[in-house]
Amino acid sequence: MSAAGSALFIAVFLACAVEAVEATTIVLAAGTARDWRSAGTGSVAALFVLAVVVAVLGPAVSHLPLTTLRVLVGALLLVFGLQWLRKAILRASGHKALHDEAKLFAEHLAEAKGQQARRSFLAPDWYGFTLSFKGVLLEGLEVVFIVLTFGANAKNVGLAAISAVCAVVLVAGAGFAIRAPLARVPENTLKFVVGIMLTSFGIFWGGEGAGAQWPGSDAALLVIIPAVALFGLGLTALLRRSVEGGGGSGIRLPAPTSPVAR
Amino acid sequence: MSKLRAFGAFWYDFVVGDDWVVAAGIVLGLAGTYGLHRAGVTAWWLLPLVLVVLLPLSLSRAVSGPLLPRRTHGPRTPQASPRTPPAH
Repeated sequence: MSAAGSALFIAVFLACAVEAVEATTIVLAAGTARDWRSAGTGSVAALFVLAVVVAVLGPAVSHLPLTTLRVLVGALLLVFGLQWLRKAILRASGHKALHDEAKLFAEHLAEAKGQQARRSFLAPDWYGFTLSFKGVLLEGLEVVFIVLTFGANAKNVGLAAISAVCAVVLVAGAGFAIRAPLARVPENTLKFVVGIMLTSFGIFWGGEGAGAQWPGSDAALLVIIPAVALFGLGLTALLRRSVEGGGGSGIRLPAPTSPVAR
Repeated sequence: MSKLRAFGAFWYDFVVGDDWVVAAGIVLGLAGTYGLHRAGVTAWWLLPLVLVVLLPLSLSRAVSGPLLPRRTHGPRTPQASPRTPPAH
């Protein structure tokens, strides 16, 4: 596999793994608190809708001129990447509470247990069905977006799809094997890395789409990715100092134990 | 009408997120790159520069502004000085 192919595989795998962790937490909460059959039916129904979205959007995206696609995708990746990176830096520096999958699972569980049961023709428990359906659909839409945009831009939708399937199967398999939220997945670190990857690819493709010619062509990515990572880590260190010096946002949080808090 | 508004709000939140300045900066950066390219000037450096400006700006808006959720419980005391520890 080429360097660009490897970077594509890793970026898609990590981004999809994060989305899969969040979807798995919701489905596990729906199954544990309500009814496994309804949660399973909701997930399958959402996967069906996602398959339709892929069938409709896939050919449409691949018919767009590459320059237009790269500007659009570059802009979206930059917006998403900077949002992820900003939140990851705020979390790692202690300005924002860390993403806690176990806590989210407990919240979903408590909410689901408090709802009254209602049968429908689709599932024995309508609430469990819709909770699971919405969770898989919303997180799945992001997976679809990542696969189509990364794959179409790199002219390798197949590799992007394989990478996404690997991530989803691995995460969902692990979640259902232990029947518990994947709290040990270093999600905050993963989000930091994904933010760096999305931002870097966004700069590269957005620039190319707008007419810029990168020195070294595809090899420029090998400079952009570490440069964005170093910049993000530098900003984290700066912001952490402001928390330690008492100039934070007023939200008191435990000090992170690593450059990117786990 | 409320469903239409909710639909619009979902897509605004999905695409623009919680800091519109970032989205606006990126659009300007891409437009600037295209402009430089059309003028025959080397343009690859502009988007990295946009990142160097936008990310610290957005972080500073988040730390000092309304982008972070505020605590709603417990007594709030105004900070007397930048070195005063935050209220419990």
